[in-house]
Amino acid sequence: MSNFFKKSDLSRSEAENIISDTLQKCDDGELYLENSKSESILLDDNKIKNSSYNSDLGFGFRAISDEVVAYSHSNEISKSSLKQSSENLKSTLKSVKGTYNHEIPKSNKKYYENINPIEQKSLNEKIKILNEVNNYLRSKDDNIKQVTANFLGEQKSVEIIRSGGETLTDVRPLIRFNVSVMLEKNGRKETGVYGVGGRQSYDSYLKDDNWKSVCDEALRIASVNLESKPAPAGEMKVVLGPGWPAILIHEAVGHGLEGDFNRKKTSAFHNLMGQKVASEGVTIVDDGTIDNRRGSLTIDDEGTPTEKTVLIENGILKNFMQDRLNARLMKTKSTGSGRRENYRHIVLPRMRNTMMLSGNQTQDEMIKAVDKGIFAVSFGGGQVDITSGKFVFNCTEAYEIVNGKIGSPIKGATLIGDGPSILKEVSMVGNDMMMDPGIGTCGKAGQGVPVGVAQPSILINKMTVGGTKL
Amino acid sequence: MVKDQEFLEKKASYCLGLAKKLGATESSVIVNNSVSETVNFRNKKLDESNRSDDLGISITTYIGKKKSSISSSNLLDDNLNILIEKCVETTKNTPEDEFNSLPDKDLLAKEVKDLDLYDDTHIENDQKIDYLKKLESAASNDKKIVNTESSFTQNKSNFILANSEGFCAGYKTSSFTASSVTVAKDEKSMERDYEYSSKCFLKDLDDAGELGKQAADQTIRKLSPKKIGSEKIAIIFDKRIAKGILSTFASAISSSAISRGTSFLKDKVNQKIFSDKINVLDKPDILKGLGSRNFDSEGVKTDTLKLVDQGILKHYLIDTYNGKKLNLKSNGRCGGTSNLYFENGNISFKDLLNSKSKSLYITETIGHGSNIVTGDYSVGATGFLVENGEFKYPINEITIAGNFKDMFKNITLANDLEFKYSTNSPTMMIEGMVVAGK
Repeated sequence: MSNFFKKSDLSRSEAENIISDTLQKCDDGELYLENSKSESILLDDNKIKNSSYNSDLGFGFRAISDEVVAYSHSNEISKSSLKQSSENLKSTLKSVKGTYNHEIPKSNKKYYENINPIEQKSLNEKIKILNEVNNYLRSKDDNIKQVTANFLGEQKSVEIIRSGGETLTDVRPLIRFNVSVMLEKNGRKETGVYGVGGRQSYDSYLKDDNWKSVCDEALRIASVNLESKPAPAGEMKVVLGPGWPAILIHEAVGHGLEGDFNRKKTSAFHNLMGQKVASEGVTIVDDGTIDNRRGSLTIDDEGTPTEKTVLIENGILKNFMQDRLNARLMKTKSTGSGRRENYRHIVLPRMRNTMMLSGNQTQDEMIKAVDKGIFAVSFGGGQVDITSGKFVFNCTEAYEIVNGKIGSPIKGATLIGDGPSILKEVSMVGNDMMMDPGIGTCGKAGQGVPVGVAQPSILINKMTVGGTKL
Repeated sequence: MVKDQEFLEKKASYCLGLAKKLGATESSVIVNNSVSETVNFRNKKLDESNRSDDLGISITTYIGKKKSSISSSNLLDDNLNILIEKCVETTKNTPEDEFNSLPDKDLLAKEVKDLDLYDDTHIENDQKIDYLKKLESAASNDKKIVNTESSFTQNKSNFILANSEGFCAGYKTSSFTASSVTVAKDEKSMERDYEYSSKCFLKDLDDAGELGKQAADQTIRKLSPKKIGSEKIAIIFDKRIAKGILSTFASAISSSAISRGTSFLKDKVNQKIFSDKINVLDKPDILKGLGSRNFDSEGVKTDTLKLVDQGILKHYLIDTYNGKKLNLKSNGRCGGTSNLYFENGNISFKDLLNSKSKSLYITETIGHGSNIVTGDYSVGATGFLVENGEFKYPINEITIAGNFKDMFKNITLANDLEFKYSTNSPTMMIEGMVVAGK
């Protein structure tokens, strides 16, 4: 655990006094301290291209009065800096007359160990694996023209000090290992990307030559794409594979169910609580409590323990995801979804691991049910306009389906749909729910946070496929 | 207030000195400080204030052809000692790369011109609030507008870039940014749009009322959109979308993509990649320019480049490392382009709209659908159907797709270029793209 006051002219008790003084008539607020260490080691073009290390330290001071949030952050943990922030918050809020809410739930559960993954594996060992990845892939296929592989590791220590001195802490490890290959054959180039990660040591994911399966998967995707033909354009049936394609759920409904957009009534879902928003059999949860997952958190960035929040149950909209601010204004409780990229940013309600639960059909049944459509296995990324509800995601591995059979691979295309209606078009839910491999980062209001997704195979009756073949 | 040159220089030279003492043969350092103050309004009321004071340092050390780097926001000497020691240690353990080096000394910027990038004016939060009140009152005039969110940010930054070859320079910059996001609603739909203005000097910022009105108008006209059928049709890109196509072009000619062989524009220098009339410039010395600079992030002098001359690709964007790999000299583009733009075409906006009996005017795209390896492009889009020069009705839930290799050759530009961002394009028409809808 970091001692944030060790090298500072500011003592913990002085800090507590400034916090309590600043927040006394506010409705909520806290001092958030963060110390993060991260590394990136990159192999590219046959060489170790980059080995870098970052150490980041800072605080963010927040005061909330009714709907108004005042925030100030700095890298300097010092008496003068905290006082300047305090003055800044007071000058924004001027006359406050709230009552500070001291209540915050407690839990002893932890969803990952207190480790520093960077220190658990030496630089030389990491470089050795990256070189092995390069040699392994280049010896496997003569068409390989480029290999990129990298390790990203992080340990983030956070401390939240609330008015009155109540303190909550968490130490969060996170790693990611990525491989990208580019193939060239007959003048045509295609790439394949795969990665793994989560809140454990590098070795938990890479031991026993497990890195080879990451390489194989990246190469397999690139090889499939090398044979791909132009994607069709227009409305058709779409079968989504299990696991990572659940970013459809994340984009199509996840963002629209975040508390802030619903309090502000700017989400297409704001007036649909308790109503049917999905086909029967569709249940979606957002879960921060799965051991060692990329999107899991012991406590959120306001200190609330995370939970498993049921968003949609058997087709009916049940809950939004809430931070403390939006929960108070909507007269409900925080779901432990208050997150921020780091101390530079304000807290927003965010997703953790967003999952559609298994039904009882098989992927085979879905493929057989399609005359003309596509089977999408992997995606690059997605985006949503939460107001109109329209969302997109980009296929990185997809096939056409003709008369109930999987056909040729097709080029990466964008799929577009309408969030509030797409889940009503789900006509089959598979029995094969799978988590993603642990590589997702969600962006909102300029802040990126690690998230997870999961889903079984699903059949969607109608979506627009953005190919070039009419 | 933002830290002065003297403070940043002192930190930089401390780091260079220590790196040398610990065994680095060469090193470079960037120290920066940025202070910004933002006020956000929502539905005509104060919603959020945000003050940020960001310090940062990043150091790269070399031992011969070995290289490593560290960065930190903690500038206390104690911490810098630990980090630089770690950096030099890591450098020793990192394999050699023959192309690693500081830039050639004769390419470094010799003088720092005053490009008029810093406005000393400080705008108090109360003045920001006055601006936002005026903006939001204009934005919410129409009953169809059900939500407004607006923001005003003042940013002041300062930096020093120094290296062990004796380069040491930096300067202050400022920006003042106002934006407005509005939501409109009718019986059938809810839509969102925005308007934005960012300038180096406060006095150049758009009028609050104009900005709010524009955001609202652009949102209301999107209400009750329709979905159209799939077809091949001419696409007209609004300036704010057209600039994104130019940015994709810039990533595809970055020397890193070229040297790695991962760009569809590899080996295309001196070849025709756009139609005849297209010229692309990157001009770093525009006074008050949002992308203006004296040198790149390695200290290399940046001159104006005509990247595309009458359709022919003339230059890649070259940094030191990839330049050495490609056997080319750096042209001062480490960190990307400066003020990048398409020169005006010779047809007015109105004539461009009129040039086809039917076309699509795109105001927003979503998704990350640009692939610079293959040149494939496929994104979700929102816009308007245009018939005989008139906006007929709004359109959404469609995608547009093509390949940049073909798209670039089918570009027609209007003559309405303005310098609103650091990358800018006039209104752009591309023929032969495929729309997927119903």
